[in-house]
Amino acid sequence: MSNIEERVKNIIVEQLGVQLDEVKNEASFVDDLGADSLDTVELVMALEEEFDTEIPDDEAEKITTVQSAIDYVVNNG
Amino acid sequence: MSKRRVVVTGLGMISPVGNTVEQSWQAIQAGQSGISNIEHFDTEKFSTKFAGLIRDFNVEEYMPKKEARKMDLFIQYGVAAADQAIKDSGLIINDDNAERIGVAIGSGIGGLGIIEQNKDNFAKSGPRKISPFFVPATIINMISGHVSINNGLKGPNIAVTTACTTGTHSIGLGARMIQYGDADVMIVGGAEKASTEMGMGGFGAARALSTRNDSPETASRPWDESRDGFVLGDGAGVLVIEEYEHAKARGAKIYAEFVGFGMSGDAYHMTSPPESGAGAALAMKNAIKDAGINAADIQYINAHGTSTPAGDIAETQAVKGIWGEDAKSVMMSSTKSMTGHLLGAAGAIEAIFSVLAIKDQVAPPTINLKNPSEGCDLDYVTDGKARPSNIEYALSNSFGFGGTNGTLIFKRI
Repeated sequence: MSNIEERVKNIIVEQLGVQLDEVKNEASFVDDLGADSLDTVELVMALEEEFDTEIPDDEAEKITTVQSAIDYVVNNG
Repeated sequence: MSKRRVVVTGLGMISPVGNTVEQSWQAIQAGQSGISNIEHFDTEKFSTKFAGLIRDFNVEEYMPKKEARKMDLFIQYGVAAADQAIKDSGLIINDDNAERIGVAIGSGIGGLGIIEQNKDNFAKSGPRKISPFFVPATIINMISGHVSINNGLKGPNIAVTTACTTGTHSIGLGARMIQYGDADVMIVGGAEKASTEMGMGGFGAARALSTRNDSPETASRPWDESRDGFVLGDGAGVLVIEEYEHAKARGAKIYAEFVGFGMSGDAYHMTSPPESGAGAALAMKNAIKDAGINAADIQYINAHGTSTPAGDIAETQAVKGIWGEDAKSVMMSSTKSMTGHLLGAAGAIEAIFSVLAIKDQVAPPTINLKNPSEGCDLDYVTDGKARPSNIEYALSNSFGFGGTNGTLIFKRI
């Protein structure tokens, strides 16, 4: 697992209160990891904090799966 | 129309003297103080450095950590106390009764801690750093909200906010809803967590708090000549109250009967009561009338008794005005001498102590009262521990900022 992938997954574990082995790359926050709309807003805020970046709202809306979060950080970090 | 009878069938508590009803009641009967130094922020510049704090509270006994992060501590305490009370009542909630069970758990102040955190984040980094949970984590009716969601309770769902009378009003109004027929069971009480920087700073600025920093455990000393203000306390108290026939039909354990509720307004000052205690007296008179009894029928008063110079004498004056010659034969104690003043939760934990005083036939003590001040000459139960006594009726008082007063009366059953 790359360093970015690991950091993203650790944040998801912390924010959504799930186990690391549940955080598969294809997992959807809402459908697979029990998040609601407010959880996903807070998750994006935690990603911004961790990677010292600002994610615009229209980009944040597209971050719905573990892989899309990793991709965003890889491409914009 | 004859009133439907209301009884108490479940109790729950998170308090400075214990994180269960049993533990708290043991400490109260033994005259133990729950007041200690604040360690969760730097108190160096604060005039008061101590409070009645919750120790060793493990929120994961009541909810997953992920859920707890979305709630200020006052909500966590309230939900925990409600969970205890519902379990204690043995009430089974199902599709047949869910619409007849409601919740009325309030708070005086709400989620100060998380308000402070988010304001700090905003000041440092702007509005994008305000949490999406900021609002639902801090607003006062969210205890009632969570208790309803967690337990599937579909009856009335409200939260009273009347400063230090919140707990008492919540119980009284919840009972009225049962009497009137809006519900058969109500989960009622109050919760508070105001021992934050702004809470301690704000009450300190109002000169409301004791500054006895060299002796926190003896700082809350109701009616003592050297009392110098109240001691802030955190926690929650929740009661399950229930229509009598409903409780009997399911074979519920009944602690006591709720028989009287009275309210009044001082029409006087933002933070001080009138010296005569007229507003306090009116609330007590209304409760006694509601109960259909005479003052002389009451053996025990759980006083508001916050250890403030003006409040303690006003309450004593009010009792003397109602009981007259009999005033000295009524036992009146302040459990705030041990717990501190839990603001919106005070009336709730004190109603629980009043109910247990009836059940166990003991009057809880007032501690730290060594030299009663002039005019404070009632029986304040200064034995250092609970006094075995015949208690048929117990009365509990709460008075709050804004001049809002409430009185509850419970009866042995």
